[in-house]
Amino acid sequence: MAHVAFTANLQRHLACPVQAASGGTVRAVLDQVFAAHPRLRSYILDDQGRLRRHVAIYVNATRIADRDHLGDPVGDDDEVFVFQALSGG
Amino acid sequence: MSDRLLIGTRKGLFELRPSRGIWTIANTSFLGDPISMLLADPRDGTLYAAQALGHFGVKLQRSSDGGGSWQECAAPAFAEGMPDGPSVSYILCLETGGADQPGWIWCGTIPGGLFLSRDHGTSWSLNEPLWNVPERKAWSGGGFDDAGIDSICVDPRRADRIAIGVSTGGVWLTEDGAATWHPSSSGMYAEYMPPQRREDPVAQDVHRLVQCPAAPDSFWVQHHNGVFRSTDGARSWQEVTTIRPSKFGFAVAVHPNDPDTAWFVPGVKDECRIPVDARLVVARTRDGARSFRVLTDGLPQQHAYDLVYRHGLAVDDTGNRLAMGSTTGHLWMSDNAGDRWNLVAGNLPPIACVRFA
Repeated sequence: MAHVAFTANLQRHLACPVQAASGGTVRAVLDQVFAAHPRLRSYILDDQGRLRRHVAIYVNATRIADRDHLGDPVGDDDEVFVFQALSGG
Repeated sequence: MSDRLLIGTRKGLFELRPSRGIWTIANTSFLGDPISMLLADPRDGTLYAAQALGHFGVKLQRSSDGGGSWQECAAPAFAEGMPDGPSVSYILCLETGGADQPGWIWCGTIPGGLFLSRDHGTSWSLNEPLWNVPERKAWSGGGFDDAGIDSICVDPRRADRIAIGVSTGGVWLTEDGAATWHPSSSGMYAEYMPPQRREDPVAQDVHRLVQCPAAPDSFWVQHHNGVFRSTDGARSWQEVTTIRPSKFGFAVAVHPNDPDTAWFVPGVKDECRIPVDARLVVARTRDGARSFRVLTDGLPQQHAYDLVYRHGLAVDDTGNRLAMGSTTGHLWMSDNAGDRWNLVAGNLPPIACVRFA
């Protein structure tokens, strides 16, 4: 199972402990997380399901490239980190 | 007079109340988070606060105990898969529906969506008739990247008549409960457009539109390049040329009982958004814009660089008590219709909106 961790800054707004999800793509991983935590979705994705402009996601040490469709691959042993981007102020 | 003032700022929500005649901060909420708009629903006492979180998007908070506790409710959102992929980036205005429409809340967003909740913000729907008017694609950003609906005026006589202000997109009217809309900016002009499109109704940058509750055919607009007034229900507009010291600004407030009385906060002009001569003033007319008095008592008259945003000026139900908050974090209040202002707070974050509750 991949593990998904969220910036502590999100904890100010809602609970989001480290989650385990089966791999595939970033989209697939996040969909599993959102199924369990529906409110979290709008904090990470915009109305169209794109990664919010000032949120960054890394798979292990690599920042994802596909911010619109979240198609970057995620293996079962990978770690996914959801951060706030410094560009957001 | 109203004894409760809510302030939405770049770094939180502040509630002020008078204590032995002195207004003080009585409560704070959401410290650190930008609050773009507030609404106190007089029909049921519910409070709404719109957040514009820098990283995590637009959120809407609701309180049913006067601000003691808040719960996140649904925020307006465009449906996934819509053409052009719109996504709400900012809530610019929140207003109640009619007195006979409990729980109805209207919301104007950037990009220019008009949303309606019929259940106290639990769910929202986009007003598709307005979104789908062909002219909407000609709306453009005014200070933001995208156009925004900054003002919603629900006619107190009949709630199916609604006027909205769009920056930039002009005034729009519906007379059938938002089933159909038509532009209603006749009389306005845009200095920033080519001559051929100067009077294009959709090119008018309406910074703020207000309606007199006791005389709902009377409207005032602070426009990007001037002040306009309507006395025929926002069907046509006349430019106000008497305002001093300038015609540029964002905020306007109208007296709740006297349609001839309105307040403005002029700035130099669009490319220099500071008070004229660095003296902060409020311009008030009491005779339907035949004349203006420039109010300065209690306001800084040297090296003042405060700008008052479009929702940064409010008047209470008596028409005597005013509140004004600036981008520099100053809050002034007046108990005599602006004749004399008192600095209530000088170290607040930049202020987006002030509302009596």
